[in-house]
Amino acid sequence: MNGLEAVLLTIITASTPLLLAAVGELVTERSGVLNLGVEGMMIMGAVTGFAAAHTTGSAAVGVAAAIATGVAMALLFAFLTQTLAANQMATGLALTLFGIGLSGLIGQSFTGLPGVKLGAVYLPWLSDLPLVGPVLFAQDVLVYASVAITAAVAWMFKRTRSGLVIRAVGSNHHSAHALGYDVAGVRYRCIAFGGACAGLAGAYLSLVYTPQWIENMAAGRGWIALALVVFATWSPNRVAVGAYLFGTVWIMGLYAQAIGVAIAPQFLASLPYLVTIAALLAISGNRTLTKVNTPACIGQTFVPDR
Amino acid sequence: MRLVLEKRPERNRWMQVASPLLAVTLTVLFGCILFAVRGIDPLHAIYVYFIGPLTTLWSIEELIVKATPLVLIGAGLAICFRADLWNIGAEGQLIAGALAGGSIPILAPHWDSSLAIPAMLLLGMLGGMAWAAVPALLRNRFGANEILTSLMLVYVAQYLLDWLVRGPWRDPQGFNFPKSISFNDWHLLATFGDGRVHLGAVFALVVAAVLAVFMARTLKGFEIRARGEAPRASTFGGFSVPGTTWLCFGISGALAGLAGICEVAGPVGQLQPTISPGYGFTAIIVAFLGRLNPLGALFGGLVLAVCYLGGEAAQVELSISEKTAQVFQGVLLFLILACDTLVRCRVRLERGTQGSSSGQGAAPPLGIEDAGSRAASEGAAR
Repeated sequence: MNGLEAVLLTIITASTPLLLAAVGELVTERSGVLNLGVEGMMIMGAVTGFAAAHTTGSAAVGVAAAIATGVAMALLFAFLTQTLAANQMATGLALTLFGIGLSGLIGQSFTGLPGVKLGAVYLPWLSDLPLVGPVLFAQDVLVYASVAITAAVAWMFKRTRSGLVIRAVGSNHHSAHALGYDVAGVRYRCIAFGGACAGLAGAYLSLVYTPQWIENMAAGRGWIALALVVFATWSPNRVAVGAYLFGTVWIMGLYAQAIGVAIAPQFLASLPYLVTIAALLAISGNRTLTKVNTPACIGQTFVPDR
Repeated sequence: MRLVLEKRPERNRWMQVASPLLAVTLTVLFGCILFAVRGIDPLHAIYVYFIGPLTTLWSIEELIVKATPLVLIGAGLAICFRADLWNIGAEGQLIAGALAGGSIPILAPHWDSSLAIPAMLLLGMLGGMAWAAVPALLRNRFGANEILTSLMLVYVAQYLLDWLVRGPWRDPQGFNFPKSISFNDWHLLATFGDGRVHLGAVFALVVAAVLAVFMARTLKGFEIRARGEAPRASTFGGFSVPGTTWLCFGISGALAGLAGICEVAGPVGQLQPTISPGYGFTAIIVAFLGRLNPLGALFGGLVLAVCYLGGEAAQVELSISEKTAQVFQGVLLFLILACDTLVRCRVRLERGTQGSSSGQGAAPPLGIEDAGSRAASEGAAR
């Protein structure tokens, strides 16, 4: 494996969790719901994914457990915000605080244990191609899944009726309700989808990225995923570009350290967070792009009058 | 069977007081279940966790020490949240305040003057304010989401602190431990008697009282409340949106900074990589438990301080992880938000699928359709 291959591979591994979490949150936000609990759902996915894989010895079981946990956490959020009409920001924050606490509690007995690494998929002939083979065609299932999910979401919003309904619910819940769409139901499903994706992202962290449990291993990735959705102005394709951009920044810090750049490691480590702020600035300055694409009802509690 | 919410014509005054208490009670019940599941006698565990910290003088002092930063930050955040501004980076502002204020005892350890402490407190507040000014500026100037920018700055502040205590501000005689020098006596806040309760506790009381009056009795306070409750009306009323943003972030940042410098010039006594067990985040719960009222933050701060202390006691006496405390905190916030629904709405279970009972009462039901009747109408719409 040469240097370039190694760099490209690490970029893909750093970008995939961001992409997974961001594309799930994108669907949630398109339906008009801001779920600030991505970080919490992700970290819970990571810990249950690791625990299930370690206990059963099967990474697939780990992935399934992570998805289930993500969905369960998301449904808790959905119950509070949709059924009990609670404030979305506060509930999302609660989900993150709860997730970080509970994952620490669950993970305590799994700290330092060897993990199960999700294996790479070998594609005959394709995986043997020079450069392209190892980078693009010898990845694990989740990398392919992240790309497939993004493509599917892009297709759904562009070409299908469900995509249209979700956008309608997110753009104007009163009109969507008046047209007879089940606003709360659509949102429940979108929130659950976001949870599943965040859970997957967590599984990727604890089963592929670093196959072990480290407390707080999401390290703000859930929040960066939230920023990514804004940065991509709610477009699935731009989320993919953004995720790879951020993944590259995340990795750059590590490589800069490896080649001995004379900057304190703490500054390199805070780079992804600073770049996130810069990215938010760059996109927020562009009023047309943000104004046109922001789901109009985002973060608002829906109060139907029958 | 479905859950129907009916909006109350007016917020229920009784429930407004009862809902935080109900939330705390339900959290304790949740604790009972959690302990029982783990095979620990729930009553004993609850005693250790929630009553024990209130039984000895030492632990009551410790309770006040822990509640001090929570109340300071929580009261500031309550104001922000009231204005519908989401400053969730108080942890970063706390660190920035500790760094700015802590620069005096570290860079001028021999400056023994009665001005030193006021200067440290002032710098601490300015530091927190400066850190909070960034999201406010970015929001006002570029329209950037303040939730994300304020949170990102927490990580940056943590790395900055880490760099300082491992690099330029490390104690040369500290055997290479990542710690600054211990602050000299004249750079530490006065304590009450020989205990650990320090001057910060007084600040917390004063801040909560002053902010409560500020919110209830001044025009600026009204402006902040109007911004959150009726943003359009407040704009038509001539209140400036950027002005409110500056004000709220300034106040909450300064208070988080004050909490930070009080921590390092109080119980911690030096700078080290971790100076707060997440007070900045826990204070979000404090603000909500206090119903976004600065005086309520006093109650909220004490409850969450019990939670921290109980966690430590439970670790020693019951050998369960102190992480349980964080789980309780999360559950508590969920329950507060759920109980808040009771303030705004009447909740009842209704049988049957057709919601025809909405005619009762003047208030329109705010609610939740069941899947069946909705699917039918959705089908019809198609």
